[in-house]
Amino acid sequence: MIYFDNAATTLQKPPCVVQAITAALCSMGNPGRGSHLTALDASRTVFGTRRALAELFHAESPDCIAFTANSTQALNTAIKGILSPGDHVVTTALEHNSVLRPLYEMESRGVELTILPADRQGRLHYKDFTAAIRGNTRAIVCTHGSNLTGNLVDIGRIGALARRRRLLFVVDASQTAGVFPIDVQMMQIDILCFTGHKSLLGPQGTGGLYVRPGVSVLPLITGGSGVQSFLHQHPSRMPTALEAGTLNAHGLAGLGAAVRYLLETGVDTIRERELALMRCFYEQVQRIPGIMVYGDFSPSQRCPIVALNVRDYDSGVVSDTLAARYGIATRPGAHCAPLMHQALGTVKQGAVRFSFCHYNTEEEIQTAVAALRELAKEE
Amino acid sequence: MICREDRLVITFFTTTDAMAMEQFCREDGADGRIIPVPGHITAGCGLAWCALPESEAALRALMTAHGLQPQGVYRCMV
Repeated sequence: MIYFDNAATTLQKPPCVVQAITAALCSMGNPGRGSHLTALDASRTVFGTRRALAELFHAESPDCIAFTANSTQALNTAIKGILSPGDHVVTTALEHNSVLRPLYEMESRGVELTILPADRQGRLHYKDFTAAIRGNTRAIVCTHGSNLTGNLVDIGRIGALARRRRLLFVVDASQTAGVFPIDVQMMQIDILCFTGHKSLLGPQGTGGLYVRPGVSVLPLITGGSGVQSFLHQHPSRMPTALEAGTLNAHGLAGLGAAVRYLLETGVDTIRERELALMRCFYEQVQRIPGIMVYGDFSPSQRCPIVALNVRDYDSGVVSDTLAARYGIATRPGAHCAPLMHQALGTVKQGAVRFSFCHYNTEEEIQTAVAALRELAKEE
Repeated sequence: MICREDRLVITFFTTTDAMAMEQFCREDGADGRIIPVPGHITAGCGLAWCALPESEAALRALMTAHGLQPQGVYRCMV
């Protein structure tokens, strides 16, 4: 099989990730729940993953990183933990439902919501952010990169605006963490939400959020914390404040190994490889008659994603044919990005998304291009 | 029978801080090890750093150097 669905989850993990998870399953107790050998082994492992992520994101300290099961839980924690009825929040049409649905939910509870539009190429217009800010604006919630088009958002620019206007800046880094450099301090990010299983190369069931020191986020869930057991309230100190119940320490062992692999290999090295594969694919398929490619490919930096359609075929039919006839795995449909499809005019047809990993090869790219040439031929 | 000895016990607000203390002490070659927080200090659960009493000044300096804020520093029989 040729796997081009890395934006959904990376299939191939570095061997060190598999080894770390296997070792953890055989040896680790509950992190933060006791001081015997296996419990401490788990606590040290989880702490090591916090340290690695703090290094990757240039966080002030490991305390700033709280773990969740995925980006969706992290984004729900951030959005519901900082907004109150009467607040206004700004977001964009590029967002995934993991941002939009919590925001719609908060809107139903009295939060005012502004969604900035994207053009037919899925691009934002940065002046719209400034124009959208009101007296009661509390936060800007924005993706770093569209999971559909791969268009990148200049989060440093939005972060500077947010800090200047004293707004909280929440970034969804689901598609970019591990493949683009993210410096939360330099980019003036207040909360960064990430998932472990995509370009961070860790296992599913891992994710988390960075919270800038001084920013208060109410917890989404409360419960066991391993500390201060006789308090009625959940402890307020990070990261315990946003972590209730037993962590996925086995998964976090794998995520820690993955992040250390990224730090050793170099995020820039991985990105250049993935972008080279993506460009090689894009340059060929955009010349095939009958193929429509979506997104803005003029910037040198973008997510390693190419979304396209073949003639007027339903995207599900194309993706299924690619899988059944050629053994090529892609993702069709709406990609949980309804507003992005509205902007692109692909609500009915959906789109076939090809997303690349540094483990892919040029040979696989050529196989996919040849398959698309066949599918796009007129009868 | 369990023998109790006079020890320095440092408690923390979070497990993460306790893990950070262990890391800093290991890197510095400082005295001590992780223990459960003694019940007569804080009822409940949690981890603490336990060391010889004469290590107090060095451990306080180490925490200050790393910006690590303890919840409490105690001399007690553990």
